[in-house]
This record gives sequence, structure tokens and C-alpha cells, in this order.
Amino acid sequence: MVNPQMVMYEEEFHRIQTVVDRLVRDANAKVVFIVDKNGQLIAAAGDIDNVDTTSLASLTAGNIAATGGMAKLLKEQEFATQFHEGEKANIHIQLVGNRVILVVIFDTKSSLGLVRLRVKKATEELTRIFATLVTKAQEPGADTPFAEITDEDIDNLFND
Amino acid sequence: MSFINYMAREINCKLVYYGPGLCGKTTNLQYIYERTNPEHKGKMISLATETERTLFFDFLPLSLGEIRGFKTRFHLYTVPGQVFYDASRKLILKGVDGVIFVADSQIERTEANEESLENLRTNLADQGYSLDKLPFVIQYNKRDLPNVAAVDELRQMLNKTNVPDFEAMARTGMGVFDTLKAVAKLVLTELKKGGRQ
Ligand SMILES: Nc1nc2c(ncn2[C@@H]2O[C@H](COP(=O)(O)OP(=O)(O)OP(=O)(O)O)[C@@H](O)[C@H]2O)c(=O)[nH]1
Ligand SMILES: [Mg+2]
Repeated sequence: MVNPQMVMYEEEFHRIQTVVDRLVRDANAKVVFIVDKNGQLIAAAGDIDNVDTTSLASLTAGNIAATGGMAKLLKEQEFATQFHEGEKANIHIQLVGNRVILVVIFDTKSSLGLVRLRVKKATEELTRIFATLVTKAQEPGADTPFAEITDEDIDNLFND
Repeated sequence: MSFINYMAREINCKLVYYGPGLCGKTTNLQYIYERTNPEHKGKMISLATETERTLFFDFLPLSLGEIRGFKTRFHLYTVPGQVFYDASRKLILKGVDGVIFVADSQIERTEANEESLENLRTNLADQGYSLDKLPFVIQYNKRDLPNVAAVDELRQMLNKTNVPDFEAMARTGMGVFDTLKAVAKLVLTELKKGGRQ
């Protein structure tokens, strides 16, 4: 396989969740979420019952992939930060360690300046956590729960 | 690249529907969306032109059930089939775990099918993937139309490596779930082998 398997463990998940929980508060944001470059949602915080985070995650990844493609054509580094300003909601998108994407949705209760400042700090912490995760997932013996599944297990999934 | 989440006890996989323009990729997803219980699906997103041609991708999140206490989630994507959207197709293939090639069975689409399959190989190779090593199935769609090539002919042209293949009429749904299940099974089997290496 080309890409190392993306894995999330309990310990790192809690550390990531702590960062996003804090970011929602410190940045006065409505929603904060983290998504991998393939569009898989990793963690979310804030008013998440009122937004479709799965859809947002996939579109964010598509957006980053598209601008990344543009950057490549221009022989430019990937655009690490994007900001979209709406009438009520604003979206701040930040690439973290070129691996995952940190998204902050905020309204007039906050400001771009504040969000930028808090995102910067969170990005540093997240970069470290994700680096640990990658190392951990590559350790030999980092087993997959799927090693023991049987063909029958797989068949049963499709029996309804 | 599947994503194993020990915390949420979930395994996430990405499936991509590939094939020439108008072969019925979006129709496959629409049928799956219509026939799946609300608790097993998320919203379907279509980034399309005004004439309903896929512009960037369609996206449909599905959950298939549990294996050994892990929820299995599949993210289904389609690519835009029109030739000039090649840059977008490349992006969507990133991190793919399984591919469904939807062929248009109509005789006049023979070349388009072959070109699209070749394009799939090239775009995968650009990212260091080999189609022969990925979970891969083929669907011969639009079997309901009068001007279709015989399945054996299509097979000879498109399925040289003998992967699972299915006849389909995506508009009415025939063959749609068989195709999906086959590729999902291959992906899970790959994980079982410990696809990390
Ligand atoms: N007769 C018939 N028509 C089909 C079938 N499957 C799809 N179609 C029709 O073919 C047309 C194109 O289908 P789409 O699903 O939009 O094709 P696509 O592959 O997504 O096309 P692009 O987005 O341009 O790549 C639509 O009018 C569908 O209704 C089928 O099995 N039989
Ligand atoms: Mg389409």
C-alpha cells in the first residue's frame, strides 16, 4: 500500500478532542472539526447537532484537494489556509501537518483575528499529536482488528 | 486508505465509481441512496452541472453493519466521466480502497469504455497504485437498451484480469447492490489480510 494506514487510538483521540473542545471556546466558534485529507471525520466540537458534519467533511476534503491541485499547477506550495466569508457564517480552513484539515465555523460573536490566533496554537499541538499517531500506527504489532475476521463474518454483513 | 478508528470502533473505507461519461455512475449512487434505510445512510451530495453531469464528485456515506464490534462505513464517490475533467478524477482517486468500473454496454460506447479504463490505470499509477492490486469489480450497465454488446465481448475487452463482474440496469436497480457488495467484500477481505504492508 502506498499510504500508511490511518488509525485512531483512544489516547490520541482524547488529546485531539481536548484541543478542539478548547478551540471552540477560545475562538468563540460555533463548530470546530478535523477531517483527514480523504474526507473522513476525525473529531468535532461545538454545535454539531445542527450541522451535517459528514457532508461538510467530504466537501472540505474535496475543496482542499481542488486547491491543492491548483497549487500544483502553479508550482506553488499547497495553500495552507483558506477563509470563506458569508453573511452569517464564516469558515476558516487550515491544513495541519499536510495530513489533516482543521475547520472552524464562526459568526459575528468572533472575529477572523481571534480565530487565526487560536488556530495557530491548536495547529501546533495537533501537528505533534498526529505525528505520534503515525509513528504508533507503523509500529510492528500495531494489529488490525480485522486480522481475525472470517469470510463468514463478511458474508453475514450482507445477509439482510 | 481505510481508516480504523479504535475510539469510535469504526472502520471507514472509500469506494470510487469510475467509467466514461453518462455510463450511469451517478445513477448507481442514486439507486443505492433510495433503497437504503435512513439509519444506514447520510446525505447524498452531488456536485453537478446544470445538466446533471457530474462536475467534481457525488458522495454517499453508507454504514453496512458491524463486524466484531466495529461499525463498517463506506464512503461512495463517483468521478466525472467527461474526458476533460481528468484533473478532478485524479483527486478523487486519492486514498481509494476499492474501485467499481461502470461500463456502458452500448456498442457505440466501446471505445469510450476502453479509454476510460486505460485512464483509470494511468491515474492510479500516477499515485503509486496498481489496479491489479486494488479491490476491483466491473459492472456492464444499461443492459436494458437494444444496442448493447454481448457480455462476453465486453468481458474480453474490459475484464482481462477476471475480476468479479456484473450485468446491470442502474435505472431500475438490477445488479446495483450485487456490484456494491462484491467490492465491499473484496475491501474487507483485503483488510483482513492486513492491508497495511
Ligand atoms: N436505459 C438506461 N439508462 C441508464 C441506465 N443507467 C443510467 N442511465 C441513464 O444514463 C444517463 C446518464 O447517467 P448518469 O448516472 O448521470 O451518468 P454518469 O456516469 O454519472 O455521467 P457523468 O457524471 O457525466 O460521468 C441518465 O439519463 C441515466 O438515467 C440504465 O441501466 N439503462
Ligand atoms: Mg455522474
